[in-house]
Amino acid sequence: MTFTSTTAVDLAAGIAAGDFSAREVTTAFLDRIAETDGELNAFLAVDTPGALATADAVDAARAAGEPLGPLAGVPVAVKDVITTEGLATTCGSRILEGWVPPYDATVTANLRRAGAVIIGKTNMDEFAMGSSTENSAFGPARNPWDTNLIPGGSSGGSAVAVAARQSPLSIGTDTGGSIRQPAAMTGVVGVKPTYGGVSRYGLVALASSLDQAGPFATTVADAAALHAVMAGHDPKDSTSIDAPVPPVVAAAANGDVTGMRIGVVKQLTGEGFQREVREHFQKSLDLLAAAGAEIVEVSCPHFEYALAAYYLILPSECSSNLAKFDAIRYGLRVGDDGERSVEQVMAMTREAGFGPEVKRRIMLGTYALSSGYYDAYYGQAQKVRTLIARDFAQAFEVADVLATPTAPTTAFPIGEKVDDPLSMYLQDIATIPANLAGVPGMSLPVGLDDKGLPVGLQFMAPAMADDRLYTTGAALEAAVGWEARP
Amino acid sequence: MPAISRDDVAHLARLARLELTDDELGHYAEQLDVILGAVQRVSEVAADDVEPMSHPVAISNVFRPDRLIPGLTPEQALSGAPAVEDERFRVPRILDEE
Repeated sequence: MTFTSTTAVDLAAGIAAGDFSAREVTTAFLDRIAETDGELNAFLAVDTPGALATADAVDAARAAGEPLGPLAGVPVAVKDVITTEGLATTCGSRILEGWVPPYDATVTANLRRAGAVIIGKTNMDEFAMGSSTENSAFGPARNPWDTNLIPGGSSGGSAVAVAARQSPLSIGTDTGGSIRQPAAMTGVVGVKPTYGGVSRYGLVALASSLDQAGPFATTVADAAALHAVMAGHDPKDSTSIDAPVPPVVAAAANGDVTGMRIGVVKQLTGEGFQREVREHFQKSLDLLAAAGAEIVEVSCPHFEYALAAYYLILPSECSSNLAKFDAIRYGLRVGDDGERSVEQVMAMTREAGFGPEVKRRIMLGTYALSSGYYDAYYGQAQKVRTLIARDFAQAFEVADVLATPTAPTTAFPIGEKVDDPLSMYLQDIATIPANLAGVPGMSLPVGLDDKGLPVGLQFMAPAMADDRLYTTGAALEAAVGWEARP
Repeated sequence: MPAISRDDVAHLARLARLELTDDELGHYAEQLDVILGAVQRVSEVAADDVEPMSHPVAISNVFRPDRLIPGLTPEQALSGAPAVEDERFRVPRILDEE
């Protein structure tokens, strides 16, 4: 059996049945990382001793007849923005290089409780700011389909880890598309759950009203298995929704779209999207219709303002959130010679510790929140956010699920957009509206472009109806019959 | 809206505690100007009667029972500190000597 080409669901079942051990599985993925990560740079840390210890504990528990968690013995790679007690968490930044958190994020604790093996921490754009993973202070992650190309971002390392089968599952975070866009670029399934569906406790905040952690996997059913384990109400996060986790696993197993109304967002289909992206999108709609879904057109006239609103709201929140990196309690401290003032040390530390995109967004946010500009920028952006939420509400009156291409293009060359922020920001044009409104979204692979690179399709559903993503996702996955591998 | 000058960037950097280099000042002035020009579109649509939305979840004042929950030990809390003295964070100079 080749563990690295087996689904997470099958790995969990095989370990539980005693067909093979958690140690064998974990070792196979650790070996795969050792073989491939010199080139791919998907991992910032690989926790070999910790992973093997967890695997051995699972094997011992099974031998003793103890009940196993739903992901017992299954490796999961975790984006380096989520704290892991005892394992370094850098957020892809020099300012946190070498920081070892003294506590687990709730997501991490949920993984441990499910028996999952935390195999390592994945590369990312610094503090999750970017769409290519080029903004990592530790070098870009590379797309396994063509290592000259970006893997998307900001959760690029997590996407690559699953696409290159370095780990059967991984966790990313999505503030404006940072799970869905890299999933599209690397040909895997990625889900941003409903805002508040997964605890943000221990997720180092970029924009607190937008951030949400979610799963990467090679199949819709695997993504559902991880989603079910990660999610749930958490008293430690006051924005966590106190409601049962939507029945995502059952939905992924069902996949019956008969009579479901799938709304095509008129504003996110035509111009600005690569030809093959449009072609595969249309083909996918035809497949869904053939499977029994009803395709309807919906209009979301304010989505065209989403990018502008996002690039005011996000920098505003991040300039405030990143103020905590002050060289006092943890992380880097530069220039503390006993003479310089605390303010000088802060400014020198932040200059040395943050990369260009982080500085750019901190200053944008500082500007948008400054007196005299607050109403014109941040205030107006918040109103646009209301209009976008209304667009969604109206669309969901006539459609159960919305569909769009995930990203305007397939993967692009490393270096192409790195110093052209506006062009980079356009990558998230179809994914940002869901974050602004707090609704869930999924990207799954639906075809290859002329160069043989993956194309993704996005589904969006109403808040706390995440299960609908898995229903349509499973149906489309079966209809597409995706088998391509990098 | 005014164009962003080098002086504006220097002011923003001071507020944000970023000691930028001269090169960075010029570079960011150009880029912030382009980005702010693009995001200004938000003013085209939002009418006065639209309520601002700060957050996607309409919940407020989430309380928990008032009971003690163990937190980090001093050792844990100080474990990542750049400098420690007497079980406390040691900080750079805050007051002038005079």
